[in-house]
Amino acid sequence: MIASGWTLRRTGSLVERNARIYRRSLSPVLASLLEPVLYLVSIGFGVGRLVGKVPGIDVRYAAFVAPAILATTAMNAAFNQMTFVVFTRMKTDRTYDAIVPTPLSIADIALGEVVSAVLSSLLPSVGFVLVMLALGLVVSPGILLTIPAALLVGYAFGGAGLAVTTYLRDFSDFQLIQLVMLPMFLFATTFYPLSVYPGWARPVVEILPLYQSIQLLREPALGIFHWNIAVAVLYLAAVGSFGLALATRRLSRQLLA
Amino acid sequence: MSGRLLVEARGLTKTYRARKGVPPFRAVDGIDFELGRGEVFGFLGPNGAGKSSTMRMLGAISPVSTGTLRVLGMDPAHEGPEIRSRIGVVPQDDCLDRELTVRENLFVYGRYFGLAKNVIRDRIVGLLAFAQLEEKADAQVETLSGGMRRRLTIARSLINEPEILLLDEPTTGLDPQARHVLWDRLYRLKRDGVTLIITTHYMDEAEQLCDRLAVMDAGRIVAEGSPRELIDAHVTREVLELRFQPDVHAEVAERLRAAELGERIEVLPDRVVVYADDGEVALVAVHEMSLSPITALVRRATLEDVFLKLTGRSLVD
Amino acid sequence: MRAWYAFRYWLTVYARTWRGTIVISFANPMLFLLGIGLGLGHLVDHGHSTTLGGVSYTAFFAPGLLAASAMQTGFIEGGGRVANAAGAVGAYRTAVTTPLEPSEIMAGHLLFIAFRVLTSSAVFVAVMALFGVGTGWWVLAALPAALLTGLAFGAPAAAWAVGVRSIAKTQTLYRFVLMPMYLFSGTFFALSQLPSGIRLVASALPLSQGVALCRSLTLGTASAQTVAARAGYLLALVVVGIVVARITYRRRLHA
Repeated sequence: MIASGWTLRRTGSLVERNARIYRRSLSPVLASLLEPVLYLVSIGFGVGRLVGKVPGIDVRYAAFVAPAILATTAMNAAFNQMTFVVFTRMKTDRTYDAIVPTPLSIADIALGEVVSAVLSSLLPSVGFVLVMLALGLVVSPGILLTIPAALLVGYAFGGAGLAVTTYLRDFSDFQLIQLVMLPMFLFATTFYPLSVYPGWARPVVEILPLYQSIQLLREPALGIFHWNIAVAVLYLAAVGSFGLALATRRLSRQLLA
Repeated sequence: MSGRLLVEARGLTKTYRARKGVPPFRAVDGIDFELGRGEVFGFLGPNGAGKSSTMRMLGAISPVSTGTLRVLGMDPAHEGPEIRSRIGVVPQDDCLDRELTVRENLFVYGRYFGLAKNVIRDRIVGLLAFAQLEEKADAQVETLSGGMRRRLTIARSLINEPEILLLDEPTTGLDPQARHVLWDRLYRLKRDGVTLIITTHYMDEAEQLCDRLAVMDAGRIVAEGSPRELIDAHVTREVLELRFQPDVHAEVAERLRAAELGERIEVLPDRVVVYADDGEVALVAVHEMSLSPITALVRRATLEDVFLKLTGRSLVD
Repeated sequence: MRAWYAFRYWLTVYARTWRGTIVISFANPMLFLLGIGLGLGHLVDHGHSTTLGGVSYTAFFAPGLLAASAMQTGFIEGGGRVANAAGAVGAYRTAVTTPLEPSEIMAGHLLFIAFRVLTSSAVFVAVMALFGVGTGWWVLAALPAALLTGLAFGAPAAAWAVGVRSIAKTQTLYRFVLMPMYLFSGTFFALSQLPSGIRLVASALPLSQGVALCRSLTLGTASAQTVAARAGYLLALVVVGIVVARITYRRRLHA
């Protein structure tokens, strides 16, 4: 096949292009921080007053919710980048049509975009951790692990998002994405523990990539260190890699048609 | 022709797979050609003749279906990135990076080729001058006119100092003035010894720019040679164009054929074309037949006539 | 009346495009009702807080969400869709070449916004009834309250959006004004929990009035005075929106 393999240098040149655009202005980062911070204050503190302590976990409600919202922040930053932004580059801007004739392979393009997605989830995640710190929601040094964990979340949703984008037909399909992402946000134990669900529903929730992401961030953030986060790491790495491989395969067909 | 061949194609075909509701389609149907260093080679043909598919195979971004293709001595199937790093491509639609400025477009593109930042910066100075875009260097691409965009696309394709430059319909969609500015830029490249491969459906463009032409129709090369050779081989030196009331064209053509006027008579939707070595003589003969055309024009034969002769159709519909 | 023709135009368009509004108008509130109302409600009810006045969290949250969703629908229809319609290739460009006056184009569109708010609210009220939220038939009284809330955002939004040149502005306003209001107008938690200074500001927000109106009617705790005051406040916003829109529509469409 014409587009085979990737190299660090070629992939890096696409990451460099994207970085050039991100670093122009901080306002997209601030905008992507606004919504999670509002949720944290409204639900974490507002509804938190009504909740008191989370059953089975000895922390205040806001400290319980914050790492989960951090996970959704990393998820959204990477996922939106790989769906909305990449789709615009594919269909409206035709950015990749100009890159295909260069030495970059399709694998370089796909990997370069996913790496960019991971990097674009870094700043909002660090920003959110600082907000947590300012609001007194950091309860364990394990919080430091949440940053690399957020990058892994970015990788999982970046890869998955890029694969999803290769299936989109037009902008109205983003409604369908919403129809998956919103329930995941609401049901993946962001706002309450798994124990709220009846036994039969729990495995369904546990399969959600956002549930695994939340586990991966929440436990270290609350000072809980358990082997089950290894499951989350492997699961998210697999989701990201599968998405990336599928996206590369499908993009080869779409961009070289 | 100096040195070894830059491009060599033998029995090249391109077949697109069947998709939902679309049967498989053979866009390129067994073509042979070769290209030497410093040549300007053109593919002339109407839309759908297979020119762009050929260009994509040459650019190592579309797999060859059957036949052999060597570009710069390499096989596109296995050495795609290596080939692409040594050629330049000007696609039909500019697809400039709309998220970047003019200068950034050149810079980022250079980085795709792995060029060092200072090398790119040095080259950008010359390329902006070449594209006459120095004043627009920091403008967003959105603000450029069509002609400026095309010049920027050409400058962009030169960032890696390519050994071959592929230009797909370089002046399609431009106004006449912008076309002439662009041709001037392409002459300079030609003078500087850059090897160019151009596709076009404009015969004036092919005639002015190309050393050698392949006339394509329905995926095949129907004739090859220099513009002059093609005209000499396939049509008369001059052409007489006659315009009557449209509904009598067929009848007039019959009478002209019966009178054995010229070498060949063609009926087009709006005119009757008489191929004759001396157009003035033919026109006198027409008047002697007491035919009175609304307009009559004697002109030199062009590639348009070659194409009409070879395919029975016009280049531009 | 000619405004009716303009309304029928939007209905015809909607008959083709209603699927695209399902997520924002129907799925979105349902999912929040399930995820936050039931799921998080489980935790809240477990905490036995007295702040909510003895009702379950779902019963507290659902009428607030009804008002908040009405606001969203009113704003999306009155903001983005109006800005689109007023744009270079929008529906208003065709409408002005007919006998329709700008004020009639506006009235027709407002009727459509009312239709959108009313239908999506009706579906949500039906779901609330299924969940057993509300005191008997009182839940039906929340429907006109939701309509009023939606129009209190839809009419001023239309008055503003008809003059907006870039759709991105409506998205920015949504993100920086509507979204914060959504989260801090007493939908998710009781405003009485807030410190008094902030509480005063928060209760003055139009959505807080809509939430309080819908909630007090649903739960049967409304008094004639509070209903009149809140409904009057929202109605004033609708009237101001219409008066301003008459001017801005003429200014943009008969420029």
